[in-house]
Amino acid sequence: MAEVLDLAAAVEANVRDGDVVAMEGFTHLIPFAAAHEVIRQKKKHLTLVRMTPDLIYDQLIGMGAADKLVFSWVGNPGVGSLHRFRDAYENAWPTPLALEEHSHAALANAYDAGAAGLPFAVFRGYRGAELAEINPNIKEITCPFTGEKLAAVPAIKLDVAIVHAQKADRQGNVMFEGIVGVQKQAVLSAKRSIVTVEEIIDEFGPHSPNAVILPDWTVGAIVKVRGGAHPSYAHGYYERDNAFYKAWDPISRDRDSFRAWIDEHVMRKGPDVFAAHAMRAA
Amino acid sequence: MNTNYSPAEMMTVAAARALANDDVCIVGIGAPSAACNLARLIHAPGIVLIYESGTLAARPNVLPLSIGDGELCATALCTVSVPEMFRYWLQGGRITTGFLGGAQIDRFSNLNTTVIGSYAKPKVRLPGGGGAPEIATSCGRILIIISHSKRSFVEKLDFFTTLGHGKGGDDRARHGVTTEGPTKVISDLCVMAPDPRTKELTVMSLHPGVTRDQVKEATGWPIRFADKVAETPRPTAKELAVLRELHARTAAAHGEAA
Repeated sequence: MAEVLDLAAAVEANVRDGDVVAMEGFTHLIPFAAAHEVIRQKKKHLTLVRMTPDLIYDQLIGMGAADKLVFSWVGNPGVGSLHRFRDAYENAWPTPLALEEHSHAALANAYDAGAAGLPFAVFRGYRGAELAEINPNIKEITCPFTGEKLAAVPAIKLDVAIVHAQKADRQGNVMFEGIVGVQKQAVLSAKRSIVTVEEIIDEFGPHSPNAVILPDWTVGAIVKVRGGAHPSYAHGYYERDNAFYKAWDPISRDRDSFRAWIDEHVMRKGPDVFAAHAMRAA
Repeated sequence: MNTNYSPAEMMTVAAARALANDDVCIVGIGAPSAACNLARLIHAPGIVLIYESGTLAARPNVLPLSIGDGELCATALCTVSVPEMFRYWLQGGRITTGFLGGAQIDRFSNLNTTVIGSYAKPKVRLPGGGGAPEIATSCGRILIIISHSKRSFVEKLDFFTTLGHGKGGDDRARHGVTTEGPTKVISDLCVMAPDPRTKELTVMSLHPGVTRDQVKEATGWPIRFADKVAETPRPTAKELAVLRELHARTAAAHGEAA
């Protein structure tokens, strides 16, 4: 049953050193405020799962929170490399980082299988692709009905899913709108979950009968953090801060300027600073 | 005669022309996205553009910086979850054309977007495959847009991210793939197509002012030329105007001077 908490309490109660954690959001609704709380609480040895690790995981990896990254596309979209990720992978700074690399189709199917409670995902993929040769978690399976050779990858099984959504109601139901990515699948693949939301309202009011809603009994902690997806965006609330994504490149190139940025904007701040970003018109 | 355009503009225009009004196209970010939207704004108003973030029939007014920008969702017919996108729409065979880019391409149009150097100790760690490995095998045909240089057109890929025509000939079929694969590769120097039998890339047309020697010099293998090499029609005034307006709107929307 969903419980409304403050962010520090939600992370303290749900994220443990060594956990397998996904902070999802496909460009949209990326839970940056929650990730900053994970950094402030100095969580370590996490396995971070995410289809498109962008700035949110660059920040966690640069602070030494992760031992392993499971992913399918790593970069700052439209801008370039993630410099903290590369420094960790190539130079083991500040700690070594192991990789488990997939394609998008594989991870999308693996989340789907996780939500469905299946042990693995099966799909038509990785044909002629070299990843299948270097990642031991990519296997081939034969269809028992047609004989077709298909790819199989393990289902995603998370200790904790952390996502951001537009709103929750008083009862603890959570509604997602816009590019919904794999957020629903991530929460349903996890033992525990934290959902940060732009607002908590009495009732959702009139909405499509097909709206994307996680019912209260599937959600762990709910935390109201206005602007909590910045510099990502919340459809209907505020836009993506593309200028910040570009600004991240020089900030993160250098270890000292990265650490200084984290110190100023994460360690010395709390989730309240995100509200200013929610004022940007959608 | 209009000679006042850049090689990159020529590349985008030539790529846009490869798309038709009845295409259902899954669009990569960057150069493919510019070409697909130029086609939609010029000669293919009915083209269906799909981005892997789940947006079906997006009609963005400005180019997205990332594959899931709000502009795509706000202008789309509808938006589905990412698992549905990859399962029903891509794997389900409902997309006619995939438009890809890459860091490296070989003579059989195989692509590398994973690493330069070795996988364990890369010189440059690239983003990885993303949607490309399954886009390349699930879409009816594949178009590729990539800048021409010895660094990008290589004898041997550092990593085999995405299947083009494999080892050539009918190698795709040996991997159990029934779709056509790359049918055209557009660079800033020329337009290439796979030989119908061997599937080796062959130069079909040179962009205006480009010589055979320039193409040879910028290709990491002895590249083949068609018996009759055409000249790519130069960009029209309308194509250039629409492309430049698109880039200017995009720059303004991303908070930059145009």
